[in-house]
Amino acid sequence: MSKTLRGLSPENRRGLSETAVEITSMNKWYGDFHALRDINLTVRRGERIVICGPSGSGKSTMIRCINRLEEHQSGKIVVDGIELTSDLKKIEEVRREVGMVFQHFNLFPHLTILENCTLAPIWVRKVPERQAKEIAMHFLEKVRIPDQAHKYPGQLSGGQQQRVAIARSLCMKPRIMLFDEPTSALDPEMIKEVLDTMIALADEGMTMLCVTHEMGFAQAVADRVIFMDQGQIVEQNEPRAFFSAPRSERTRTFLGQILGH
Amino acid sequence: MNLHNVSWVRQEMVLPSARPAGQGGPREWMRKNLFDGWLSTLLTVASVTAIAWLIVAIAPWLGNSIWKANSLAECRQLLDGAPGACWGVIRDRWPQLLFGFYPADLYWRPVLAFALLLAALAPVLFRALPSRTLWFSAVYPGLAGWLIWGGSLWFPVAVYLGFAVAAGLFASTARASQGLGLSVAGLGAALWWVYAAQPFSSAANAVIPIVLEAVPSREIGGFLLSIIIGVTGIATSLPLGILLALGRRSGLPLIYMLSVVFIEFIRGVPLITLLFTASLLLNYFLPPGTNFDLILRVVIMVTLFASAYMAEVIRGGLAGLPCGQYEAAEALGLDYWKAQRLIILPQALKISIPGIVNTFIGLFKDTTLVMFIGLLDPIALAAAIRANTEWQGIYWELFIFIGAVFFIFCFGMSRYSMYLERRLKTDHR
Ligand SMILES: Nc1ncnc2c1ncn2[C@@H]1O[C@H](COP(=O)(O)OP(=O)(O)O)[C@@H](O)[C@H]1O
Ligand SMILES: [Mg+2]
Repeated sequence: MSKTLRGLSPENRRGLSETAVEITSMNKWYGDFHALRDINLTVRRGERIVICGPSGSGKSTMIRCINRLEEHQSGKIVVDGIELTSDLKKIEEVRREVGMVFQHFNLFPHLTILENCTLAPIWVRKVPERQAKEIAMHFLEKVRIPDQAHKYPGQLSGGQQQRVAIARSLCMKPRIMLFDEPTSALDPEMIKEVLDTMIALADEGMTMLCVTHEMGFAQAVADRVIFMDQGQIVEQNEPRAFFSAPRSERTRTFLGQILGH
Repeated sequence: MNLHNVSWVRQEMVLPSARPAGQGGPREWMRKNLFDGWLSTLLTVASVTAIAWLIVAIAPWLGNSIWKANSLAECRQLLDGAPGACWGVIRDRWPQLLFGFYPADLYWRPVLAFALLLAALAPVLFRALPSRTLWFSAVYPGLAGWLIWGGSLWFPVAVYLGFAVAAGLFASTARASQGLGLSVAGLGAALWWVYAAQPFSSAANAVIPIVLEAVPSREIGGFLLSIIIGVTGIATSLPLGILLALGRRSGLPLIYMLSVVFIEFIRGVPLITLLFTASLLLNYFLPPGTNFDLILRVVIMVTLFASAYMAEVIRGGLAGLPCGQYEAAEALGLDYWKAQRLIILPQALKISIPGIVNTFIGLFKDTTLVMFIGLLDPIALAAAIRANTEWQGIYWELFIFIGAVFFIFCFGMSRYSMYLERRLKTDHR
């Protein structure tokens, strides 16, 4: 498909493509360790996917391959109509369209909240500074922290920092958002505020891939839940069926462990 | 509370109250800090004795300072056998200590260059000034060089045009590939400097002559020389050190290898060896007849030397950053250079400030080594002054003065680094 579309401008290409992410027979090794094995995954535009699985099962590695923070060794990944190869221009093009939220926020501590949010629009998208500030304030209001705009990340609580990190990604107006355990480093009373922000985002139709163990969130917003183990996709299903009638033994054990007690 | 009853509930909350008044007072402070036990008391007594002894030994010498004398003999006569410092030598040789053998009627030129240096540094050092004053900082090196060495103003202009040539070439070729753009720009600038700069400045000078009387490098000395070498070295070793540090962390094998070999080679060789290379050996390698200024050669060597240390200091700062910062920058779509410039280096340099300033101070003090290759830095001048019949036998006064001047510069740098660290503190830990 990508061959026939290559001649088109990015806008047309995206207009035509109903698939946000397409991963085909993808494998990844860390040295000799086979971290991802034969991954096949198609994400439709607007689809919300929750990925879960035991620690070390390759969840992070898989979503980090989507914006090429990790390089895959075989198979094919097409994001937003662009195939990921070692071509730096293509990689940067993909990264402009794919936002990512990390477990440890990774805000830039030497910049204010507002500067964190305007940096990429100004330097990557070449948005004029005034306009970038407006966009930033718009999204900071959305995540409900506009009054902290001139503070530094170190002065905010974990939950606030994570909401800023979400706003920072949104300022690039991405078409796809990746979340890698966004609430795992947070105190329980802050988890809800971050999840609420993510639910609001899901309601607006953003294409989302979330690695998370918040099963309530999965049940509320996910179109599909994916269970991974040992570098493979073991089971996927729509959430209700996934939780009420898991088909694989591994999934049952895993769900028993995180929901059981 | 009853031991057997685990259930308990507070009836009223305790309100915050004022902290009890300090048990302070100077007496208490002394007992705690100076005479806390026999060891502490012993150390206090010993220190006080040592300080008192030093003062008793030096005070009469300083107290009998002679400020007006034209020779050591005259000084001794005035002192009439009593111990006393003879600062007359500083007064007598003041211009020489500052400027070396720079022509006396042209002193205003280095003085003006120094005053302008402060103006050029201010916007770089203190953010309070508008960034539009930075253009002066960019123009300053050419202007200062012209003021100090004289000659045609068109020569520094031609040198600057080389940068313009590079920028133009880069802008027109970088769209194809940044690497290509950089190489073309570098090559173009080099060709310009080697082949076009000289003819251009002569031609321009023939049309509009703007000339200052030329002063050869061998006449430049004293603190003027130290400051020229120190400031140029400091200003160029930082960017060079950054590039080397990035090179040493680069994934490109050739760049990585070059950086490692350069850093390890330079760090493994004493500075004095590099300086001798600059003064003697380079003459054999350069085509005969090339006139490559000795001060320029020394500046290059001192810069290379400091940049190797700088690179390691900055590499430490780069390694100190959590990898999440790189990932977040990449995930936002910033390319390598933008990520480095906007995210990585501001943080890494901040961590490295103490080490960077350490290297700066080391570099500035190392400028005194140039006396061994025949340049007239203050130490070399001190030796020359002591060899003179008028001041033969003078010792402490000259070196105390030179030491004090170096101390002022180095202490200033140290204070500035503390100010900078405080200003850049945003992590609120
Ligand atoms: N940079 C790396 N180098 C080597 N092995 C790695 C690296 N990153 C992850 N791994 C390994 O890959 C496997 C999958 O890791 P990861 O994707 O982080 O798991 P998850 O996010 O599901 O907990 C783990 O066994 C981990 O040890
Ligand atoms: Mg993980």
